[in-house]
Parts: sequence; C-alpha cells; structure tokens
Amino acid sequence: MIKNAQWISDFVHVMPHFKALGMRLMSLGDATAELALDYDPRLIGDPQSRVIHGGAVSALMDTCCGLAVLCHSSEPKSTATIDLRIDYMRPATPEEAIQTRAECYHVTRSVAFVRATTFDEDLTRPVASASGAFTVER
Amino acid sequence: MGQSRPESVQVVKQRRDSALNALVQGVPYIQFLGVTFDRRGDELTGVLPFDEKLIGNPSLPAIHGGVTAAFLEITSIITLSWSFLWNDIESGEIDVHKMSSDTLPRLPKTIDFSVDYLRPGLPRDAYARAIVNRLGRRYASVHVEAWQDRRNKLFAQAVCHFVMPHFSM
Repeated sequence: MIKNAQWISDFVHVMPHFKALGMRLMSLGDATAELALDYDPRLIGDPQSRVIHGGAVSALMDTCCGLAVLCHSSEPKSTATIDLRIDYMRPATPEEAIQTRAECYHVTRSVAFVRATTFDEDLTRPVASASGAFTVER
Repeated sequence: MGQSRPESVQVVKQRRDSALNALVQGVPYIQFLGVTFDRRGDELTGVLPFDEKLIGNPSLPAIHGGVTAAFLEITSIITLSWSFLWNDIESGEIDVHKMSSDTLPRLPKTIDFSVDYLRPGLPRDAYARAIVNRLGRRYASVHVEAWQDRRNKLFAQAVCHFVMPHFSM
C-alpha cells in the first residue's frame, strides 16, 4: 500500500465526473493505478453496434493516468493533463466492462510521463492505449 | 427549359436541421454529456453547456480532462460525418425523414486522437469547431479547437484520424 493511497482514493471519489460516468477504482500501487467502467447504454457511441463511445474510454484513461501520477513516490500534490494521445485498436465488446491500467514511468521536477492500456474481458487483445505528459505540482 | 426556382428557405433549413438532429440525437453518449450543435449553412459548432457532473477537479473547479477530450472527439466525428453526408443530404439521396438511429449511415471510426490541453476548462459553457483537413475514401484527418469565453483563447485542441465507413478496420 502506498503512503497517500487514502487521500488519492478520497480525492477521486468526490470527483463529480468520476461518479457521473460510473468509474470504479480497482487499485492504487507504486506509480500505477487501475480503473474499471461497467458497460452502460448511456455511454453508447454507435447505436447500431452498441459499442461505447471513444470519449468515455478517453475519460477513463485520462483519469487513470492522472491517478498514476499522484501515486508516484515523489508524492505530487496535484496534476493536470498537458497532452494525451490515444490509439483505438478495436471496439470494446458491447455488454462487457472495460478496465484501464496506467503507469507513470518517469517524473521530472515539473513533468510526469504516463502510459496506459485498456482491455475489455479479453485480456489478450487491448482495446486502446494512451501515452501522455502531465504537470506535477509540488 | 427554364432554370428551376431555388428551393424555399424553410425546405432547405428543415432538411438540414432534421439530418443534423438524426445524426446527433441517435448517439446516447452525446446526450449523456449534453452536447448540442449550432449550424450556420454547413458550418457546425459543438456546444457543451456547463454541468456539475462534468467537473474533474472540484477544488478549482475545472472541467474533467476526459470530458474535454470526449467533447473534441464528438465534435470531430459529427463534423466529419456531416461533411461526407452533405452531398447526399442536399441531393435527396439520403431521405432525412427516414433517418433515425437504426437507419443512420455508419459513423467514422476513430484510429487515434491527440489532445493538447492549453488551459484549464472553466466552469462555464464550451464551444468547439472542427476542420476536416483530409477526407479520403478510407482515411480522414481532422483538426478541432475548443474555447470558452474568447474564440482566440483556446483551452484545448486535438488532431484525430478516422477510418471511413465501408472500410472498417
């Protein structure tokens, strides 16, 4: 368990969009975080295939990346996205939950570098991946 | 044979507005975020009315970065679909009265999406416009900009690539 896990967990649970989208906090580790999002018809992006919208996947990944930054051992006070690139490899399977794991793999005095991957129930084929730079507030 | 008279303004507006409505209202996630579109001729502006549930950091408060990304992506997809459907809507090839979420032409699929966050999203309405820089048979490239109070002070922008329908991945 990392030192500030309780504070980070409290922070994310009062975030209005975290609740509105229906994100679930799965785990916080050393510079890593895992979030899940259950399938929800409100989040459908393509009414014919019933696949959830890329925007919901982006919101999940952006949140997860930010949490991974806060989980870094240098204990940033807060963070914000500078840039985020997302690759969509395949549509998430309708009716299945998706989960994201993010890792903050390098931190400088003011910038954190993060990558993340999203899967549905098939853990052998990623749905999307992301890489980004985040601010670090000391 | 004489030139036929131009269509009445109501007929033109009604056709374009119902096509746009079918495109936007058929997508649950667009309704979930509350995004709407303003239309001036063929130019679209995405509108994201501020709402409590869009907040990411409650202590600032600021719009969630993921919401900003989603708003940019929605504006890109709708603007891109709109520009490649435009000729068929205008010619009557697509019957807008039969357009619904079941009969809607397939939407482009996002390949990748790169967001540049320039300023925090303030707790107020946001606007976005996309430019389709390339619309090929298979791929499209779109640039999109979002602002709040001042048009020339962007709070985010993005570049995204799409696979066009009929050439799915």
